[in-house]
Amino acid sequence: MKEIVVVSGKGGTGKTSVVASLACLIENKAMVDCDVDAANLSLVLSPRVIEEKDFTAGKKARIIQEKCTRCGICRDMCRFDAISQDFIVDPFSCEGCGACFFFCPASAVEFETGLAGRCYICDTPSGDPFVYAELFPGEENSGKLVAMVRTEGKERAQQAGLSRVLIDGPPGIGCPVISSITGTSLALIVTEPTASGIHDLERVVQLARHFEIPSAVIVNKSDINQACTDSIEKYCLQNNIPLLGRLPYEKMISEAQRQGKAVVEYAPDLPVSKAIRDISERIISIYKE
Amino acid sequence: MRVKNGEGIVIDLTGMNIAMASGKGGTGKTTVAVNFTWFLAYAGQRVQYLDCDVEEPNGHIFIKPSIRASSASKVMIPVVDQEKCTSCGECGAKCQFHAIVNLPGDTLIFPGLCHSCGLCSAVCPTGAITEGTRDVGIIEQGRGVREIEFTHGILNVGEAMAVPLIKKVKMERKDQFINIVDAPPGTSCPVVATLNGSDAVIMVTEPTPFGLHDLKIAIDVARLLNIPTGVVINRDQGGYPPLSDYLETSHIPVLAVIPEDAEIARHYSRGDIILESLPSYIDTYLSLATNLEKLLGTVSNSHVRRA
Repeated sequence: MKEIVVVSGKGGTGKTSVVASLACLIENKAMVDCDVDAANLSLVLSPRVIEEKDFTAGKKARIIQEKCTRCGICRDMCRFDAISQDFIVDPFSCEGCGACFFFCPASAVEFETGLAGRCYICDTPSGDPFVYAELFPGEENSGKLVAMVRTEGKERAQQAGLSRVLIDGPPGIGCPVISSITGTSLALIVTEPTASGIHDLERVVQLARHFEIPSAVIVNKSDINQACTDSIEKYCLQNNIPLLGRLPYEKMISEAQRQGKAVVEYAPDLPVSKAIRDISERIISIYKE
Repeated sequence: MRVKNGEGIVIDLTGMNIAMASGKGGTGKTTVAVNFTWFLAYAGQRVQYLDCDVEEPNGHIFIKPSIRASSASKVMIPVVDQEKCTSCGECGAKCQFHAIVNLPGDTLIFPGLCHSCGLCSAVCPTGAITEGTRDVGIIEQGRGVREIEFTHGILNVGEAMAVPLIKKVKMERKDQFINIVDAPPGTSCPVVATLNGSDAVIMVTEPTPFGLHDLKIAIDVARLLNIPTGVVINRDQGGYPPLSDYLETSHIPVLAVIPEDAEIARHYSRGDIILESLPSYIDTYLSLATNLEKLLGTVSNSHVRRA
């Protein structure tokens, strides 16, 4: 089983649009959206949900006012300043350590697991299994939900006898990204030729290296700043990272998105669509199984 | 109102903590944050820019600070004295983060999973657990263009714990300044940690299905935190009805609209401040400031700072 994860470091470089197009071109795979904070791939894959699973992780404290003697031990124990002077727990500051629960002499603290998100197992018109999730607004443990989505995706691929999983990753380099890339076969990095894009590319390359994941680069909107595109090419060459292709800036990508489609299906004759087809062929030839 | 050289602009936002968020990445959050910061400095305000996108901080590319102070950001981790440890298993059983594994004769700590809650040392019956520290990133401070005060956090590569570093960056907010706090993308705990305690949040969105989908979740987060929220529509191409319908029915004010402009993209790609290169946009940021004051005014006449 080959898992290919598309990441970017910087947000908004075009990860999901590239994944949506690759989904039309690479066969024999399951699709997974690991951006559980802000899952967008479902907006262009026209999925039909066949199974929903609850995601629970982490407990939160709640003080039962009738039992509370206002002794203040919980406030002394809490390192997250989550308990107010009138002994109300702020659920957004509470990290669920349980210190208040274990040390309350009056047993006035409830410490329960709550529903934090939902995982959706879907089929799609193309026949690919597709798994995505929604973390409820402001919840924690996105890394764990990412792990759940990846496990479900792999299982669906195995059941259907598919050899690949194509993963749309989250932005950044923190917890959910680490959870998305560990153990994958390839981190496909979509970057853009801007000062910010290059800065963030370097950090995500370091992250992939840290976890010993091979990486490859796609430069999106490559014509908006030629000098920056040149620097990215030089950086890739120096660091021995394959540059799989350059995609020109194309307004039609947003239009395709508004129509709920990938650009390669919405406008297959555009240069950007041809460039994505070339990239998909390179991926298939390199990571054939 | 036409502004020249920043004179004659009256802005009453001192001491305010204004967060910039978006849900979706790449909508122009940092662009609007740094240019709004620059505008406030141009208008004679004392302003600080704080970059809480510690995974991928980019504000420094535009504000160009000369760094005067740099310090490692540490979090507490437990240290086990194996001599005193009786392997009773109490710490591992109580740790909610699976950061401690008790083996016979050995208690293992997994620092990457630890939330620094201190519960293990509090429950240890033999006093075998003391508190050490480990680095999760660095905090840098300096002064950039137009005397803008600057603070950012840089998370160590491979580090999962962004929240403690974000909280440290936020501790550098200054009462006598306007604090512009740049949030990471997403809608989970790093965003909550950034937004919590802000006086207002400016959501920067783009008129696309992805932008709108993620904006709705981000606005839900701001609502849960009870923070007044306005929207900046970036890369506008003449309106996007699903977005305007949503904002209208949700009673979210539009603070400014910035058109799709290849010149902005070009200057952004180079790391330029847009308002320096394209001063015609200064009026846009003036109306952003005015509308933000209105948003804050409708919430509280006294501009009382939140905890």
